[in-house]
Amino acid sequence: MKMTGAEIFVECLKREGVETIFGYPGGAVLQIYDAIFKQSHFKHYLVRHEQAALHAANGYARVSGKCGVALVTSGPGATNAVTGLVDSLADSIPTVCFSGQVPSSLIGNDAFQEADIIGITRSATKHNFLVKRVEDLALIIRQAFHIASTGRPGPVLVDIPKDISTAVCEFEWPEEVNMRSYQPVTKGHPGQIKKAVRSMLVAKRPVLYSGGGIMNSIGSASLLRELSHALNAPVTNTLMGLGGIPHDDDHFLGMLGMHGTYEANMAVSHCDLLVAIGSRFDDRVTGRLDAFAPDAKVIHIDVDPSSISKNIHAHLPIVGDVGVVLKQLLEEIARKDGKPDSEALQLWWEQINEWRAKDSLGFDQPEDAAIKPQTVIRMVHEKTKGNAIVSTDVGQHQMWAAQHYGFNRPHRWLTSGGLGTMGFGLPAGLGAQVAMPDEKVVVFTGDSSIQMCSQEFSMAFQYNLPVVVIILNNGYMGMVRQWQEMFYESRYSNSYFDSLPNFVKLAEAYGGIGIRVDRLDELDAALDKALNVNDRFVLLDVAISKEENVFPMVPAGAALNEMVLS
Amino acid sequence: MRHTISILVENEFGVLTRVAGLFSARGYNIETLNVAPLQDRTISRMTLVTRGDERIIEQIKKQLNKLIPVIKVEDISHTVHLERGMLMVKVKAGAEHCETLLGLAEKHDAKVVDDHIDSHMILEFTGQVEVLDGILSELEPFGIIETTRTGPLGMRRGAKGFTVDS
Repeated sequence: MKMTGAEIFVECLKREGVETIFGYPGGAVLQIYDAIFKQSHFKHYLVRHEQAALHAANGYARVSGKCGVALVTSGPGATNAVTGLVDSLADSIPTVCFSGQVPSSLIGNDAFQEADIIGITRSATKHNFLVKRVEDLALIIRQAFHIASTGRPGPVLVDIPKDISTAVCEFEWPEEVNMRSYQPVTKGHPGQIKKAVRSMLVAKRPVLYSGGGIMNSIGSASLLRELSHALNAPVTNTLMGLGGIPHDDDHFLGMLGMHGTYEANMAVSHCDLLVAIGSRFDDRVTGRLDAFAPDAKVIHIDVDPSSISKNIHAHLPIVGDVGVVLKQLLEEIARKDGKPDSEALQLWWEQINEWRAKDSLGFDQPEDAAIKPQTVIRMVHEKTKGNAIVSTDVGQHQMWAAQHYGFNRPHRWLTSGGLGTMGFGLPAGLGAQVAMPDEKVVVFTGDSSIQMCSQEFSMAFQYNLPVVVIILNNGYMGMVRQWQEMFYESRYSNSYFDSLPNFVKLAEAYGGIGIRVDRLDELDAALDKALNVNDRFVLLDVAISKEENVFPMVPAGAALNEMVLS
Repeated sequence: MRHTISILVENEFGVLTRVAGLFSARGYNIETLNVAPLQDRTISRMTLVTRGDERIIEQIKKQLNKLIPVIKVEDISHTVHLERGMLMVKVKAGAEHCETLLGLAEKHDAKVVDDHIDSHMILEFTGQVEVLDGILSELEPFGIIETTRTGPLGMRRGAKGFTVDS
C-alpha cells in the first residue's frame, strides 16, 4: 500500500504498540502532525517546551516499562530536546525522539530553523538516524525502537527531513530487526555464574549493591530480594536503584554514596565481597576510588561491558541482563543446595546493626520550629503508604526524598540521577501520570528547580493531570548553598533568591490549586487536602527551615568511611 | 604504550565521525586512522593507532564495540602481525643528485612516480613506520619539497582472517 512518510510514521508507531507521544509542532513536522490529527491509535500530549517532551517521555518510560516517545520540530525544537536526550542517556531510559528537519535539498544551506541535529546529538544519544529515503523510514523506526529498548537502553533520535514526510512509497513493515553490528548479550557466561556463586557462598562480609539496571530489567527486583535472602546478604541501592528492594526489608541498608546511610557506606567499606548488579560505580557512589571497598572481591553484573572495570576493577565480570543473570545465579545456588557461611554472617550482621544504631538519617523536629524537609517527606510516605510515584528535581530536596520516602517497589521513583537535570521533576511526573492515570504522583521540588520547567503546569491543566507538586521552599538553591557553606566559607554567591514568585498564584494562574504552608501545624491538613484532589494539579508551597543541610555526607574526593554525619 | 586496533564497521553515513567523536569525547588520542570500504562495499575496515595503558585500551575497545555500526574490534598489538604505511615524497632532484636518489629509491623498493630531471622527483615508499621515518631523514639533505603519508594498515599473520563471520 502506498503511503506518505508521515503516514508511515503513524503506521509504524501503531505497530510498535505506542499509545502515547509527547511533542510540540513546528514547520518541519507539520505533515506528521497532520497525519497524527487523522489517526486514533495513539494520543499526543502537547508540552510547552521540547525539553519537557523528553522528560515526560522519560517519566512515562520509567513507570510503564515501555519506550517513551517524543516528537519535535527542526532547529530550536530539536536543540531544546538535547538536555532531555542526555538525561535519558545518563540514566539509560528507553526513549525514541523524532525530530523534523528542513527539506533534504536545504540541508547544509543554513536554512530557516536548520540545525545539524545529527551532529549535535551524536554524543547525546545511544544512536541517531537521518532518514535519507522514504523507503528506509519504516526500517529505521523499527531499528530505533529496537536499539532504544534493548541492551543498555537509551535515547535514539530519528531526524526526518520535511520532504521525506511528504514523499510517497510502498509501505513495507519489517517483521524482524536483525543488525549484525548490534547483538546485545543477555545471558551470563555459565562459567562465570559458577565462579560467582562459589565466591558468594564463602563470603564472610558480602554486600549486594544494585542500581538502575534492576529497573531496566522488568521483574528482576523480586530476584534481587530472593538472592539477598538466599545469601543472607545486605543490599544497598544507588540513587537510581531505589525501589529495587522494599525499604522495610530487613536486608536493606538504604542508599549508599555521597548522601547514603552510615550503615550502607560502612558495609561497603568493610565488605569482603561486593556484588554490583546493574550499577556503574559512579563517582557519587564511590567517593575516593582508591579507598572504595578496599578489601572486597568485586563481582560486576551489567548488560553494558563498557561499564565493567571502567572505574573499579571487577575481579569477576558477568555481562548480561541483570534479571537473566540473577535467575542463573539463583538456579546455580539451588542446584548446589548452597548455603552461605552462617557463622560469619552472624558476626557481619551484628556489625551492621551496630552501624545501623547510629540512625544516620535521624533528625529532630521541634513542634514550634520551622518545618524540616525530612518531616514533609516522611509524612507524604505515611499518607501514601510508600506507594506513590515520586518524581524529583535536583538538589537537596532530591536527596531528602531519596533518603526518607521509602519505596515499596520498583518503577515508582523518577529522578535525574546521572545528568542531574533541574527541571526534570514536573514533566517527568506528568509523563508518569499519563502512563498511570489511577496512581498518585507526587513531585518533590525546590523553589529553584521548579522554575526551570514551570511552564508545564499548562500541560497538567490541559490534560487534567492531578499531580501533587510539593515545593520544599527554603529560598535558596539549597545544595549550592550547602556546598558554599561547607567549602566556600559561607559565601553564598548567587545561590539566594530574594524575588521568588508567589507560587500559590502561579498555580492558580495555570488553573491548579495552590496552597501555602508556613507552620508545622498546618502541614497535615494541607497534605490531606492536596493528596485527595483528583481532577487537577495541586501545588503545595512549604516553607522549610532555611539552612537545613543534607546529611550524612561524603565530601567530594573523600572516602566513603570519612562521611560527615551532621 | 602504542596500540594498533582493527575495526570493521557498517559502511554508512557518519560512522567515521562516530569513531572520531568517541575518542574526542572521552579524551583519548587518535595517532593515525586509515579507513576504506572492503570488497563487500557494505563494510569498511579501519586501522586505528592510539596510545594508552591496558585499562584505557580495554575501555577504548569496549566503547568502540558499543557504537551501533561497529561490527568488530580487535587490538592486534599483542599478536604477530604486519603493519605497513605508505609515504610519498616530492624531493629536489638536480642533475648532480639524480643517480644517488634513484639508488636510494631502489634500495628501499620505492617507485619513482614522477621524474623531472633537473627539477624534482616523487618517490613512493611502503614500510613500517620506523622505516619510513628513516627514509625521510635520508632524503632530508636533498631538499624535501612536500610529503604525505598514511598511518599504518595492520593485519594479523596466520591463516585466520578478520572478517564479519570469523
